[in-house]
Amino acid sequence: MTPTTREFVPAAVPLGRPASSPHSLQTLASNPYALRIVSFAIVALAWEWAGRVPVSPSFPTFGETAAALFSMLADGSLPAAFANTLVPLAIGIALSSVVGVAIGVAMGLNEKVEWFGVPIFIVLQAAPLAALVPLLVLAYGIGVTTKVFVVCIMAMPVIVLNSFKAVRHTPHSLIEMGRSFMANRPQLIGKIILRSATPVIFAGLRLGTAAGFVGAILAELLVTPTGVGDIITYSQSTADYPRMYAAIAGVIIVSVLFIEGLGWVEQRFLRPEKRSAS
Amino acid sequence: MIINGTRVPAVFSLLIWAVLWEIVGRLGLTILIPPLSTTIEKLVEIVGTPGFWDALGLTLKTFVIGSVISILAGIPIGILMGRLPVLDRLLLPWVNTFISAPLSALVPVVMALFGFGETTIILTVVLFAIWIIILDARAGAHAISPSLVEMARVYGATNWQAFSKIFVLSAMPEILTGVRLGLLRAVKGVIIGQLLVSVVGFGRLFEIYSSNFLMEHMWALLLVLFALASAIDTAFGLIERRVEHFASSRN
Amino acid sequence: MIGLQAQTAAPPLAADAAPIVEVRGLSKIYPGGVEALNDISLSFPEGELTTLLGPSGCGKTTLLKIIAGLLQPTGGEVRVRGRAVTGPGPERSFVFQDFALMPWATVIRNAAFGLELRGVPRSEREAVAEKYIASVGLKGFETKYPHELSGGMRQRVGLARALAVNADIVMMDEPFSAVDEQTRRQFQEDMLRLVAQERKTFLFVTHSIEEAVYVSNRIVLLSRRPSRVSEIIDVNLPRDSEPDQIRRHPAYLDTVEGIWQTLKRYLD
Ligand SMILES: Nc1ncnc2c1ncn2[C@@H]1O[C@H](COP(=O)(O)OP(=O)(O)OP(=O)(O)O)[C@@H](O)[C@H]1O
Ligand SMILES: [Mg+2]
Repeated sequence: MTPTTREFVPAAVPLGRPASSPHSLQTLASNPYALRIVSFAIVALAWEWAGRVPVSPSFPTFGETAAALFSMLADGSLPAAFANTLVPLAIGIALSSVVGVAIGVAMGLNEKVEWFGVPIFIVLQAAPLAALVPLLVLAYGIGVTTKVFVVCIMAMPVIVLNSFKAVRHTPHSLIEMGRSFMANRPQLIGKIILRSATPVIFAGLRLGTAAGFVGAILAELLVTPTGVGDIITYSQSTADYPRMYAAIAGVIIVSVLFIEGLGWVEQRFLRPEKRSAS
Repeated sequence: MIINGTRVPAVFSLLIWAVLWEIVGRLGLTILIPPLSTTIEKLVEIVGTPGFWDALGLTLKTFVIGSVISILAGIPIGILMGRLPVLDRLLLPWVNTFISAPLSALVPVVMALFGFGETTIILTVVLFAIWIIILDARAGAHAISPSLVEMARVYGATNWQAFSKIFVLSAMPEILTGVRLGLLRAVKGVIIGQLLVSVVGFGRLFEIYSSNFLMEHMWALLLVLFALASAIDTAFGLIERRVEHFASSRN
Repeated sequence: MIGLQAQTAAPPLAADAAPIVEVRGLSKIYPGGVEALNDISLSFPEGELTTLLGPSGCGKTTLLKIIAGLLQPTGGEVRVRGRAVTGPGPERSFVFQDFALMPWATVIRNAAFGLELRGVPRSEREAVAEKYIASVGLKGFETKYPHELSGGMRQRVGLARALAVNADIVMMDEPFSAVDEQTRRQFQEDMLRLVAQERKTFLFVTHSIEEAVYVSNRIVLLSRRPSRVSEIIDVNLPRDSEPDQIRRHPAYLDTVEGIWQTLKRYLD
């Protein structure tokens, strides 16, 4: 079996194919932001249209959803719910980042640890650990501890395996270079191995964060609703669909921002070569 | 690792974990973890019940249908994105959003729209699996050598011929990777969907077990699901290796 | 053959130079069973540029890495100034075929890395690195990152890094294999200048007969794997002439031809 993690950040690809479209369209197509806005507008319009038809009684329009989102932001109910959700999530992600990277790096540096650890984490990575959630809720209730635990269980395997792979795939020539300039073991690990592993470790952190979000929301939806999960379930039971959709959209936006934020931290502090690239 | 001069494959470390599980279970450290042996006893018991086979059948059915939809829709979308820059720019932000979004939050929407049945679970599977398939098919389409595309033009291939005979085949290594990752996500989707719908399949069994505090039963089901996921992963890894010579001979 | 014999028969220019590196009965069998070196004995005189030349896969890199202390031999030993080598040492530095630059570090940090590892304070090591960056012709590129440089420039950073630690012996494993012909020639000139300037011992590996003859004082011809020394050639060129003149000089042409004839025997 091979580890199944990967960087999902798509590689930058040159798009300079000659287009046969008219000039204005061509300039539009070459501006990534313009197209992004167009793309968003198309989806918003389609959503609005589908809500007006309506395709289903439980499908609100885009406008209603946006209004619900702003009203929940204004009356403070959404921020409060997010705090409830995000605090255990942040703790869980911080915990699994530290512990997970440590375990993964240890597995990458030491063959015995690797022998012992890699198979179990590969199994855990492939396994639908979400099924553990009801069990945990059953055992420990739906307190902060349980949520933290759920987040850790979901986030850990991918973080561990990515860190392991990153360390294991340190370019051999860089290690030889370090040795030939007489680096001792701590220097070799600190100045070469960990630095060269950073991008893949961070890819793992982003994947782990995404998995942690899935787990946190799942835990909130499953048994006793709390946090954002509470808004979702409650609005659903009272058929207040705009609120329900708004809460869900909010969660997705926050998770995307969170993950983008991680990428920003990485670029800002750990990847100077990316910053200077024009 | 090498013990007494013989190489011990790493898979054997799982046995140690199994022993640890048994010990922790026997010591009764936490009600969360019953001993492995009693769990396996329960597993044998559960496997004999029709409820289990119903659940397994539903799981496999929704898993297969959802995966097939994801593959059949995801690959063409991905390849088109890889070949058409405008389409790529329109869709990529959404694909990137959904690939890392907490999709469990979207399941309630699917439930609100499609009810508490198989359709919802199938759609959850699609929701989990399709994005990575799209992204990898797109990467595969980017990896197609321009000379191959020109060759197709020179020999007068129609768009459909170029798509089915050239793009899909030469993007195959990436597509297969995407499908394997997609299937793993689909396994998670089929479980999360059932957990949230909770009135059919394994979701219903989990509901019954957890309301009756039957930890061993829950773990027994988990073992089945873990085994299923590992089997899919391993089987697909083998297929992928067969296609690898493709990738190496492609450039 | 005639040219070659004429060369080997001629009195070597620096025959009295003391060997700084001695290789005695060296063999290397890789774990897979590949026998890369078989009982090699060689010595490298101080202050000269010695080139290892031989067919691809004959074990040049292996030999160089053993001397560098990066690989352990299966038999025999290497002595540097009479002391047996057990690992890398401060008196030896290495220029890698694939550059081995750290992509996350600037040119100056890469060049100063050897000193950084020795705990030299930042301002001090950067001053040294700056000097060598300038002497390899990269002045003004100190704050660039490796991915912003061309292949030839990257290799110059590798060279600056090897020079900055002020080792007595600089080993270079095909440093020019990844650069284009023009850069390569330019680089050869720079190297000759550095060799004259730095008074160090250079161990150089190349595939190219012309390059070997052009830059070296001595050429060690290695046979096919498992490698043995098949010939040692002292090169004696009028170093003060113009590059074009050297390349047209009979001694240059004869030596190139002689080596080619020797190597051809292994190809048949
Ligand atoms: N780590 C290794 N394990 C097993 N065999 C190896 C290893 N490294 C090199 N070899 C083998 O040892 C032989 C000598 O390799 P080496 O790299 O020293 O050759 P070389 O003369 O530097 O070749 P080139 O000119 O292509 O760089 C080759 O046949 C190679 O396949
Ligand atoms: Mg070599």
